[in-house]
Amino acid sequence: MTTIHNTQSNSGNRATFARRNLWSGILFGLGFVAFLDETLFHQLLHWHKFYDKSTVAVGLISDGLFHAFSWFATVGGLFIVADLRRRNALWHKMWWGGKLLGGGAFQLYDGTIQHKLMRIHQIRYNVDILPYDLVWNISAAIMIVVGIGLIVSARRERREGRGVFSNA
Amino acid sequence: MHNTHFLLTDLLFGIPALLAIGFYIGAVIITNRQGRLRKWPWLRTFSFVVGVLFAAAALIGPLARQSHTDFTAHMAGHLLLGMLAPLLIALAAPMTLLLRTLNVHWARKLSRLLQGSYVGFFTHPIVASALNIGGLWLLYTTSLYAAMHANIWLHIIIHIHVFLAGYVFTISLVYIDPVSHRFSFTYRTVVFIFALAGHGILSKFIYAYPSAGVPVEQARIGAMLMYYGGDAVDLLLIFILFKHWYQSVRPRKLVSVAGKAV
Repeated sequence: MTTIHNTQSNSGNRATFARRNLWSGILFGLGFVAFLDETLFHQLLHWHKFYDKSTVAVGLISDGLFHAFSWFATVGGLFIVADLRRRNALWHKMWWGGKLLGGGAFQLYDGTIQHKLMRIHQIRYNVDILPYDLVWNISAAIMIVVGIGLIVSARRERREGRGVFSNA
Repeated sequence: MHNTHFLLTDLLFGIPALLAIGFYIGAVIITNRQGRLRKWPWLRTFSFVVGVLFAAAALIGPLARQSHTDFTAHMAGHLLLGMLAPLLIALAAPMTLLLRTLNVHWARKLSRLLQGSYVGFFTHPIVASALNIGGLWLLYTTSLYAAMHANIWLHIIIHIHVFLAGYVFTISLVYIDPVSHRFSFTYRTVVFIFALAGHGILSKFIYAYPSAGVPVEQARIGAMLMYYGGDAVDLLLIFILFKHWYQSVRPRKLVSVAGKAV
């Protein structure tokens, strides 16, 4: 009996905190991609430059704002996960959908607007940049599509009472 | 800057630093004698002493001397004086300690002062951020940085400003001591993001356009130290801010939340 009751409460809590699951995923996804970008491409591979002379002024501002925001998003996103767990309301499918959507959206913005339009820096220097740009932006697009797919599927499961909602 | 100048700054900054540590420990001893209150956490005392020592390291001794000729050393000092020391001192809850130690008459006066509009103005998140980050932009993008090394009094005033602005900035965003003018977590988060962005943008700006009289190589290493060191200290601040949020939204009626949803 107890088990069934808990399952019911869990799915109820997930439904109540659906938006919080989604936004926590989006925030953490954005912060996580920004963090990977910084560690992998700036620090470990040294492909990205700290500053590129061709950066336009608005690029410096955009980069600064997104960098600051990504720190908050990473830490804040994880604290919201802790809050959802405390409420038995963590909804993995919705959260992962948000995470892929947020991460992909940031990567696409970084790869198109920040790299190309604002010329903050390129992915790598002294190489033919086109394949790098393609891999970067196509992988971002795939993350967005899969993320949206997961979110839509999670919503449908809730509506139709399937998946984690099958006992509700 | 000559040796007599260094002697002056050593005394001017060193004596208050020692006094601050002495007063804090003295207050802890007095407050711990009062049996009705819980013991003052030793971690706070530790935090205060380390914070004051970090601030002092930027003002006196070898790092301070090297800062006059080396921009990277200057930036290391700036991180200690303007960011890490204020955070550690804020975590030590000095006002709470003072309120506990003073007698009721003086504690009331102090608490009235803290609730006043003067304190309220300077601890407003936007004002504190503007003083802190705006002051840095002024220092590094104008001729102020060069002037600071030529004029001893300017040097002293700017260093006091960097510490005080860093402290006010810290206490305007994370509430450790009692705060009467409170702002929501969302409000503080938004202001904080812009302040942090202003700090990061300034770092890259210094990298691209070094302050007058600073060699390019030193400016670049110093700017990167400012950028990543700032990130590291800000990560601590963000963590504390969100930890407070996490504690504040603790569900008190878990059962009824679940019940309503079923």
